[in-house]
Amino acid sequence: MPRPSKELMLQMYRKMMEIRQFEEAASELYQRGELPGFLHLYIGEEATAVGVCSNLNDDDYITSTHRGHGHFIAKGGKRDRMMAELFAKTTGYCKGKGGSMHIADVSLGILGANGVVGAGIPMANGAALSAKMQGTKKVAVAFFGDGATNQGVFHESLNLAAVWELPEILVCENNQYGMGTPQREHQKVTDISIRAESYGMPGIRVDGNNIFEVYDATYEAVERARNGGGPTLIDCNTYRFRGHHIGDPGTSYRDRTEVEEWQKRDPIAYLKKVLVEEESVAETDLEAIDQELRDDLEAAIDFARSSPSPRPEDALEDLYAGGIRP
Amino acid sequence: MTELVEMNMIQALNNALDIHMHRESNAIIMGEDIGGFGGVFRVTEGLQQKYGPDRVFDTPLAETGIVGSAIGMALAGLQPIVEIQFADFVFPAFDQIVSEAAKYRYRSGGQYSIKMVIRMPYGGGIRGGHYHSQSPEAYFAHTPGLRVVIPSGPYQAKGLLLAALNCPDPVIFLEPKKIYRSLKAHVPEAYYAIPLEKATVVREGRDTTLVAYGAMMEVAREAVLLAEGEGYDIELIDLLSILPYDFKTVVTSVEKTGRLVVIQEAPRTCGFAAELLAEVQERAFTRLQAPLQRVTGFDTPFPYTLEDHYLPRVERVLDVLTKTIEY
Repeated sequence: MPRPSKELMLQMYRKMMEIRQFEEAASELYQRGELPGFLHLYIGEEATAVGVCSNLNDDDYITSTHRGHGHFIAKGGKRDRMMAELFAKTTGYCKGKGGSMHIADVSLGILGANGVVGAGIPMANGAALSAKMQGTKKVAVAFFGDGATNQGVFHESLNLAAVWELPEILVCENNQYGMGTPQREHQKVTDISIRAESYGMPGIRVDGNNIFEVYDATYEAVERARNGGGPTLIDCNTYRFRGHHIGDPGTSYRDRTEVEEWQKRDPIAYLKKVLVEEESVAETDLEAIDQELRDDLEAAIDFARSSPSPRPEDALEDLYAGGIRP
Repeated sequence: MTELVEMNMIQALNNALDIHMHRESNAIIMGEDIGGFGGVFRVTEGLQQKYGPDRVFDTPLAETGIVGSAIGMALAGLQPIVEIQFADFVFPAFDQIVSEAAKYRYRSGGQYSIKMVIRMPYGGGIRGGHYHSQSPEAYFAHTPGLRVVIPSGPYQAKGLLLAALNCPDPVIFLEPKKIYRSLKAHVPEAYYAIPLEKATVVREGRDTTLVAYGAMMEVAREAVLLAEGEGYDIELIDLLSILPYDFKTVVTSVEKTGRLVVIQEAPRTCGFAAELLAEVQERAFTRLQAPLQRVTGFDTPFPYTLEDHYLPRVERVLDVLTKTIEY
């Protein structure tokens, strides 16, 4: 497995930082009362989205989850239209009608975040089958959490992916909790990759906070998928630094020392260390990237804030083809 | 001049699928036992041989996975045509239909369409018991973004299915299995489409409006004939689509007759008839001359061998028609 080039590592660093900054800003904006709706932060899991999506082309497909901001940015989504969607403005990706949990972008193959746990997994099957039948060599990635693997749809989708030999990568973001329920209380077998064998596909478990492990496992899985080798299940062992959603401090069901231990394994800090110590990147260069991205984010927030809200009558649009209203 | 061929509903549906598969290379048919087996009611018979196993294929028993995968296909450029073996088996896929397919266009701000037809045999009359007889149309009619279409015979089945297959919205296509083979009609051999969301006035009349859809149209036609023998002149409307549906045709008719009876085989409470009665009383209140009436199944599970009592029979319909007209 070739080590990612320094250039690619820097790209991955940028993406991870884009996500981290976006989430921190969203958290602040929410607490100031500027954002409506729910907010599920991706902080701590950045290496998974970026490690996976760095192997994808713009026209490959992903399906995402309620905790989807990281996937969206990693797949190439722009933070200004994303922020506008969180602000529920007409300039948002979904005209402000989707919100945080339903962002989609047809031009980037992002089939959508999803507020129903596990619901996006079979859609990745369909996109993958489409690619296979049309001979496009595209692949589809389904992101989901450990909680979703208890849903029946997880089983149905993996069986279909295997039996149809789909060009698909099934990525479990195993962050140890289904909302407030620890994994050991919701499933006996905590390594999700073990299940792959029962469907007849390869499975691998990686450290989801180590972007190199995630990148390498996905690289192999994507190669296999593009070359007709079928699907792969990847279990990325990771952790969310914040609570389930913005209103949950994440401390009533998690031990404070556990949170602190995981925070020592910050995926961005890890990549930064590798860049500085092994790739001779100056810390000031990385700080310059951080600053550039912060400026860009400020502009995105201004764009979102100053964009128009939908009109009340827009509630009746986009229901049926041809503009048929209720 | 297009050739007319005598067909039952199975043949008409098969013919429509054949025409569409020939015209649209992106269309695929999938479902449980729809390939070599030809479907439990044989609607897809011969299509796998004709279009190959890549375009007409069997799935595992996994309704959520089937419908969810079909949505993904529609998002990525294929046109899935899904068969759910019995409408009673659709409930595991309910989430994918009502939360995903129905809402995709809306929640993506118009970026995505789900061009997909989900066909399913529904309804009683074949001694199917609890789980091979239900009429779930109201669940879907309660879901904005879906279309719900229900043909009442071979001619309607072919024309509506072809229209549904050309529609860029997700369509729930409910096939009344009681009349799959019992009704025959002369059906054009060539392509034709019957507009969705448009009801048909099957017979004009003065004394009351009678509305039905699906297998209940047979009961309605019979009741109209018997009522005619007793000197009543009934206006009969076949609804054909129940979401979006053509309330204008119904309201216009009731404004003329002042009376309305609706037949549905589903349970009474919160059935589609209730919706229709509410809409009509709101829009035509000053013209009404009798209470709006419905003839429905019981508010019970589907009762196996007692289905003849559960399903609206012509005697029950005639009784309600008479009371409505004589009110």
